[in-house]
Amino acid sequence: MRIIVPIKQVPETSNVKMDTETGTVIRTGVETVVNPLDLYALESALRIKEALGGTVTVLSMGPSPAVRVLKEAVAMGCDDAVLVSDRKFSGSDTWATSYTIAQAIKKLGFFDLIITGERATDGDTAQVGPGIASWLDIPLATYVANIVEIQSFRITVERLVEEGYQILSLPLPSLLTVVKEIANPRLPTLKGKIRSKEMNIPVFNSENMELEESYLGLKGSPTRVVTIHTPKIARNGILLQAGDDGAINSAIDRLLTFLEDKNLL
Amino acid sequence: MGLVWTIAEQYKGQLKDLSFELLARGRTLADTLHTPLVSVLIGEGVSEVSMEELIKRGADEVYSIQHPRLKDFQCESYAKILSQLIETYHPIIILAGASSLGRTLMPYVAVKVRAGLTADCTELEIEEGTDNLLQTRPAIGGNIMATIKTPENRPQMATVRPKSTRPLPVDRSRTGTIVDIPVTGNMLDDRVKVLGFRQDRANFVNLENADIVVAGGKGLKKGENFSLIQGLADALGGVVGASREAVDRGWIAYPHQIGLSGKTISPKLYLGIGISGAIQHLAGIKTSEIIVSINPDPDANLHKIADFAIVGDAFQIVPELQRRIEQRRELKK
Repeated sequence: MRIIVPIKQVPETSNVKMDTETGTVIRTGVETVVNPLDLYALESALRIKEALGGTVTVLSMGPSPAVRVLKEAVAMGCDDAVLVSDRKFSGSDTWATSYTIAQAIKKLGFFDLIITGERATDGDTAQVGPGIASWLDIPLATYVANIVEIQSFRITVERLVEEGYQILSLPLPSLLTVVKEIANPRLPTLKGKIRSKEMNIPVFNSENMELEESYLGLKGSPTRVVTIHTPKIARNGILLQAGDDGAINSAIDRLLTFLEDKNLL
Repeated sequence: MGLVWTIAEQYKGQLKDLSFELLARGRTLADTLHTPLVSVLIGEGVSEVSMEELIKRGADEVYSIQHPRLKDFQCESYAKILSQLIETYHPIIILAGASSLGRTLMPYVAVKVRAGLTADCTELEIEEGTDNLLQTRPAIGGNIMATIKTPENRPQMATVRPKSTRPLPVDRSRTGTIVDIPVTGNMLDDRVKVLGFRQDRANFVNLENADIVVAGGKGLKKGENFSLIQGLADALGGVVGASREAVDRGWIAYPHQIGLSGKTISPKLYLGIGISGAIQHLAGIKTSEIIVSINPDPDANLHKIADFAIVGDAFQIVPELQRRIEQRRELKK
């Protein structure tokens, strides 16, 4: 069983700072981490490996500091890692990103399963996982909350959708995007940290990958960001203190009137 | 000028509200561009009457692609069908819901047809002069709003946040055409099998579709106290949500979780009880119409963004609030 887990380096969300002048995110000096939702993908892959044998390869597309998140994944127990990095890849939207990652996966050769997080906490699109499946023309199950069984070259999963859990049987190879419910991610081990420190991580770039030049980076991306602005968060709402029974009663009165005015009762 | 398409969604033969919300969005765009609006329905068991409703709520045409094997969403067949239709009809805009279906089908298809795709949009308009679709969406946990366009590639594809707009009222004077598109073998993909469906309870919590969500957090102190949340939700005719802290403590199941690692919702009313309002939670509720916060902590973040906040003991306030709502209901009868 060879499992590939594409992960993303993202800014630590609780520390996101905005440049109020330009309306853009300040990335310098902000700590980056493994996209928190990718940890569930890593954990799912490691559990399958432990149950059935095989290897887990972690892959990340991004600038060279992304090596750090790859090393963290290795410290959790992944067997090997690949950095997909080239100046030509910068400015890629989800279409170009999923193309580039799919080509990197093709370069890795044989695989049985690709597992990704549901989405990244910065871009929030949830489009790259399905996009990779489409480029590789393999079946896709999104929002997977439970892996029921793997046997005879097929995998049975439960997807969390609006009305409940849809149960699917997919042939291998295929791609899963997973949600938090699937597993509780493990912490890196000391042994893993030592191994990751010494590990030399290969870089896939435009020199050693088979790529269609016109599909890369900003030039290859169908979409363009026109403007970015910071939404106003404050709603200038009503704030009431309800310290004693009298205050509680009058606060409830006012809340009921408020909800009634908005036709919510 | 090419057509504007919206993707209708059905569950067990019933059209979802999302189908009508998308038509309201599509109608504005199609009118600006002076082009027809098409509702594309892939599924099974949707009646003529239901399809007429798509027309009465904004569609000029309905493409009906129905087949027993399309009863449940299954990405590979749906994508094959949608890609083939795009190559035949060359629409300029396709809108789908930012639902589990839309967020799976659209990226799969966008790759195949080399289209630009923008996720989870909350605003859509046509750019003057170029007729490009301007798509605005929250990113970085709702901290920024980005406006995105696809200058050259067509179609321009977008998923739209559920409940971010209201359906148009039924207009009985509207007329349109239902086009039956026969399903042939090469439109179906049998690699993936749908084995069934599991619902833990008769009324599985459909948070994304609820008009009223009452959510509980760490401030509830223990799992049993979610009965307070359930009681108030029942009184209001809403459903129960939760913060990550409450789910991680095992007080309530993951499908209830709202926020960055859970669901994103836009109900008419969101009521947060004992929820501090971590940035990750706020990301999931910022587009709610009305936000109410009840929390004894005067510094709770949720108070700051709420339309109505009460600084006070939730254990006293919530049962009383529930009682008063039920009382009003009795009086109205």
